[in-house]
Amino acid sequence: MTQKASSFRSASSVLVSGLAIALLLPGFAQAASKLKVVTATTDMAALASEVGGDRIEVESIARGYQDPHFVEAKPSFLLKLRKADLLILVGLQLEIGWLPPLITQSGNPRIQVGASGYLDASEFAEILEKPTGVVTRAMGDVHPLGNPHYWLDPENGRRIARGIASKMAELRPGDASYFSQRFEAFSERLAIAGKAWDDAMKPLHGRMVVTYHRSWPNFVRRFGLQVVGYVEPRPGIPPSPGHTIELIQMMKREKLKVIIVEPYFDLKTPNSIAEQTGGKVIVLLPSVGGEKEVTDYFKLFDYDIALLTRAFKETE
Amino acid sequence: MRRIALLLGLILFSVRPYRAQTKDDTEARLKALEARIGALEAEIQSLKAAKAEAEKAPASRAPAAVTATPSAPGEFGGQLPVYGGASAAAKALNPDISVIGDFLGSIGKNPVRPVPAFEMHESEVGLQAIVDPYARADFFLSFGEEGVNLEEGYLTFTSLPAGLVAKVGKMRAAFGKVNTLHNHVLPWVDRPLVTESLVGGEDGIDDVGFSVTRILPAPKNIFLEGTAQVFRGDSNELFRAAQKRDVSLVGHLRGYRDLTDNTNIDLGVSYARGHNDAGVSLGSNAFRTQLYGMDTTVRWKPLRRSIYHSFVGRTELVWSEREEPLAVQRAFGLYTSADYQFGRRWFVGGRFDRSDRARTSNLTDSGFATVLTYWPSEFSQIRGQYRFVRYADGRDGNELRFQFQFSLGAHGAHPF
Repeated sequence: MTQKASSFRSASSVLVSGLAIALLLPGFAQAASKLKVVTATTDMAALASEVGGDRIEVESIARGYQDPHFVEAKPSFLLKLRKADLLILVGLQLEIGWLPPLITQSGNPRIQVGASGYLDASEFAEILEKPTGVVTRAMGDVHPLGNPHYWLDPENGRRIARGIASKMAELRPGDASYFSQRFEAFSERLAIAGKAWDDAMKPLHGRMVVTYHRSWPNFVRRFGLQVVGYVEPRPGIPPSPGHTIELIQMMKREKLKVIIVEPYFDLKTPNSIAEQTGGKVIVLLPSVGGEKEVTDYFKLFDYDIALLTRAFKETE
Repeated sequence: MRRIALLLGLILFSVRPYRAQTKDDTEARLKALEARIGALEAEIQSLKAAKAEAEKAPASRAPAAVTATPSAPGEFGGQLPVYGGASAAAKALNPDISVIGDFLGSIGKNPVRPVPAFEMHESEVGLQAIVDPYARADFFLSFGEEGVNLEEGYLTFTSLPAGLVAKVGKMRAAFGKVNTLHNHVLPWVDRPLVTESLVGGEDGIDDVGFSVTRILPAPKNIFLEGTAQVFRGDSNELFRAAQKRDVSLVGHLRGYRDLTDNTNIDLGVSYARGHNDAGVSLGSNAFRTQLYGMDTTVRWKPLRRSIYHSFVGRTELVWSEREEPLAVQRAFGLYTSADYQFGRRWFVGGRFDRSDRARTSNLTDSGFATVLTYWPSEFSQIRGQYRFVRYADGRDGNELRFQFQFSLGAHGAHPF
């Protein structure tokens, strides 16, 4: 009985000491749990995953094949957001139609606007197409802060990844060197891959393309293409017959063959334009996850560049 | 440059007293001074390069820190500080402003609820902003042709512990689905009969008070949310507070689940209780109205083509118990609707509705509506609706109504 009491006491004291140590060392508990990251889009999730490795759990709200402007604010997303330590968004009003009410309703103080777990990735990126004059909706659904499809330049990918690594280090100081090493490794791999992408795209420098939406300014600038027409008459405005006829005439005149369409747009009008101009429609992916095999940031560029080079070859 | 000039001046000044010194000493000192000039020039060059690099680098999107410290009177030649100046910095902190116009037209007749041939039914002004790190505020002012009504104006506390989200102010109560929706997000031109007869008409349960919402523990992948609200107790003809203690209560429990990536189901039960106006003429506040509601919504939206196709099917059932001096009026009403998007700009829908009347529950009205909606863009909408209603007294309403809606200013969130 005495032995039992003694062993119970020692077990209790071990337990109490263990708990006390755990409570006295908040970093211990923190380090043990993974940083929960929720991102607005799959691209931000891919970049977060590159630098966060196995020290984070990351989930994206939008799917890669979905139009990120028009995601539904489903309550199931609140289940992700309420537990998140970090929310990474694209910003520049890309998610304005659905993310703000989700943030408000999440009941999670950590990810509210301005809180430590709220990260707008556009802070780190080079932004193109910032309107300089008067902005009105006569221009369509314009983004007054600039074009939000900025992750489609690998250099911006590097900048965003660096910003994410820095934010993760701020939230998990114990893992700062881990995130920093992962970022350096990502940056090196990106430099190598970037050279291969540049080499593949070099023969296409200066070539002209038509795109459906204004999703590609950063991509075409990086890889030396020129967008000379859009299937949409204005951003967010569906194609009209008049505009389509003008576009066909222009494509015939300039001998343009390649029409780039995002995976969430209807192919009827682009296919009809291609038929009349002898061109080719390619569904280029603006986001990771646009197709099953495109599972990370590198594969996104691999996929798009392979598709583009093949399309130009086939239309020559 | 100023530093170089200063240094050169110093050199010239310092050289003079040393003329008498030996040539070697002078040369050594000159060399030392040249080295310092070289170092300073290099420093200036590196500073210039850093500045140019900073200008070339992408500007940070972080909101500019606006120092709004009012200057003390007299600080600038005795002038008072100018508030409300139209500088960019001042505008940066303005709330998001939006205006939604709702123009209605009508052909046909409705002997019970007649509407004019044309009306500027509503102009809703929205003012929305983050108040501080702990809360945001939303105001919706509804301008009719003859007056202004504060449709909603509330503060939402977003940083409460335990996952709570609280609101205080005037708001649409969380009773069912249609009561929470503003006119411009309804899939129809009007509201269903059950809303008009049992849930307070167009404005519905829209009162001043506070609300607490929390996501509740539930099995994996099921979203469960509870809302409890306390209001002053004045909601159109539904609730009437004669005394401070005559508050009304609203409770709502919502369950939601994604069935697939494209399909989901949303279920809700609601309860509302408040004092009614049955005893007002007798000087009594003893009579209450209780409402019970159930709502079901099924949505389908294929993610790859989400901007072209969608379907929403919805049913709401409402039971009303209205205490009156001689009896309890027990009424029931429902509507069921289906809306299908068949193109990027086109929607078609139908609604069947039927409802007893709250004060004379033996009278039942029923009807249906068909709707066709066209979106020229995300910011405007044209809608036509045919509505037939057979009222309890045998009279029929046959109307063709049309609507133009348009939105200015800040891009609001899409309703779900």
